[in-house]
Amino acid sequence: MSIDLQTVKKIASLSRISVTDTEAEAMVPELNNILGWVEQLGEVDVSGVEPMTAVIPNHQRLRDDVVTDGNVRDKVLANAPQAEHGFFAVPKVIE
Amino acid sequence: MPSALSLSKGCTFLQEGLGFDRLSPNGVRILTDLTDLTVAEIRNGFRGGDFSAREVAEAFNANVTAAKALNAFIVETPEKALEAADAADKAKAAGDSLGALAGVPIGMKDLFCTQGVQTTAASHMLEGFVPTYESTVSGKLWAAGAGMLGKLNLDQFAMGSSNETSYYGNVISPWRRAKTDGGRGDNAALAPGGSSGGSSSAIAARLCPAATGTDTGGSIRQPAAFTGISGIKPTYGRCSRWGIVAFASSLDQAGPMARTVRDNAILLEVMSGFDPKDSTSLDLPVPQWEANLSSDLKGKTVGIPKEYRPDGLNAEISALWDRGIEWLKDAGAQVVEVSLPHTKYALPTYYIIAPAEASSNLARYDGVRYGQRDLPDGAGLQDMYAATRAAGFGPEVKRRIMIGTYVLSAGFYDAYYTQAQKVRALIARDFELAFEKCDLLLTPTAPSASFALGEKQADPLAMYLNDVFTVPASLVGLPAMAIPGGLDSAGLPIGLQVIGKALDEQTVLNASLAIEERAGFTARPDKWW
Repeated sequence: MSIDLQTVKKIASLSRISVTDTEAEAMVPELNNILGWVEQLGEVDVSGVEPMTAVIPNHQRLRDDVVTDGNVRDKVLANAPQAEHGFFAVPKVIE
Repeated sequence: MPSALSLSKGCTFLQEGLGFDRLSPNGVRILTDLTDLTVAEIRNGFRGGDFSAREVAEAFNANVTAAKALNAFIVETPEKALEAADAADKAKAAGDSLGALAGVPIGMKDLFCTQGVQTTAASHMLEGFVPTYESTVSGKLWAAGAGMLGKLNLDQFAMGSSNETSYYGNVISPWRRAKTDGGRGDNAALAPGGSSGGSSSAIAARLCPAATGTDTGGSIRQPAAFTGISGIKPTYGRCSRWGIVAFASSLDQAGPMARTVRDNAILLEVMSGFDPKDSTSLDLPVPQWEANLSSDLKGKTVGIPKEYRPDGLNAEISALWDRGIEWLKDAGAQVVEVSLPHTKYALPTYYIIAPAEASSNLARYDGVRYGQRDLPDGAGLQDMYAATRAAGFGPEVKRRIMIGTYVLSAGFYDAYYTQAQKVRALIARDFELAFEKCDLLLTPTAPSASFALGEKQADPLAMYLNDVFTVPASLVGLPAMAIPGGLDSAGLPIGLQVIGKALDEQTVLNASLAIEERAGFTARPDKWW
């Protein structure tokens, strides 16, 4: 299936990446080339095959339900573009 | 801990400036530059008192400073290298026990978070990000006494095969096409491979004796092949991913890059081991890979996958592969042909799964918690996200995030992502069946030698094909090593890849050692930088 300009803009919006019309137009053939190429996977007979979930057999570990971390607020905030009063600061969300 | 076993067998080391004189076994004095030494030679020479750790660090710092033209480093940290060296010298003087890498300075790919030192993943998005914590792998290396020469350039978020997607500029390979029978030679800037291109360029140019790399689809092995060095991607789960900037979590593995197989074994032992902070870390003891190195392959069977020799395979790569087969036979191995029938689907499978995981992993760059923020006048939260990500990510990163977002979106998930994970299971079964007949596989590492910068950048698909021989082992989590095999007719390195069974790094290292001993690869780039 091929994707059009509107689909590219939709994908960009879902990806939270703003694109100009020119950028989006350039991406149409690029993304179509790549998607057209990966679509050859459709020809593989996968009947009865379970999708892979782990490359090396491993079990999910559980740890004791205790606090192992914390009291590092300033470290967490150290790289924030904007932090105020011990919080991350973002543009106003609710009027 | 092996004691200072002397590789320099009876040689006397006489210190002289940055280099030192060495008496060869027949009594001839040879001047050796400290930066020509391998990790094992530095370790042993330091322990044996042939030179101080500070002298080694100063020699490499000087080479780093003089090699700006290669653009291999994003941040240089000469003071860190000296600090670790002084600690090693002090520990040795005091008779304290020495770490496995005491006295050895290394380069750190700028994908590993390093406490107090900017970590960017070669992106604008993380420019100025100074981690308040240390990645598990880098922490293990420092704890073993290694010193950091700097943070090495790479493809942005490790996405690329030529190191042309870094926000901090292209890394240049120290190699150039030579005037040979087959080539006229030129000064074109060549690709060091990617994504670990800063690592490969720096090691080949003697700016560091070893470096860390990460490998998602070939990012250790292809750069190693392009620059005539070696590197190993261990079994998925051997090295903790904690503190490594994530690209595709089911594929990402850290590993070492260096000039010799032994050096890779030394580093990998330090980098590996269980880490409760990574849920996919394997809770297994770390084998003594260095102590068990042996190039005797008697009793081993090498599989040659027929699908890796397609029509049109580069004739020089094909010829090297044939020589590699003879080398392994000479080392005592049996050779059989095997089939991996789903090989042609590995690359398209990878280019669904890796972007899908990337789109999810890179959702964290939102301009709120770390990194860049782009806040247009009057913008709301959603606008801020979109503007930040538009300004912070390069074109290849955006392309992959958008491909990943598309294949995971409602209505397409099963057709793309689920199908890819099923094909991935078939690729894994191919390897399982092949390994019923053999103990390891021998293949080329990359389909060509290095190419000129700019040559493939216009066509993403042509660039993706660089990883055709390395991606299958990544999809299945198998250990795989790149090893130099010789020079092509243009005087550029070409290499071989050894793929092993899960957790059998020893056989991979041993077969690579057998190749290393027989290939006798001593070529190095002429210094022009």
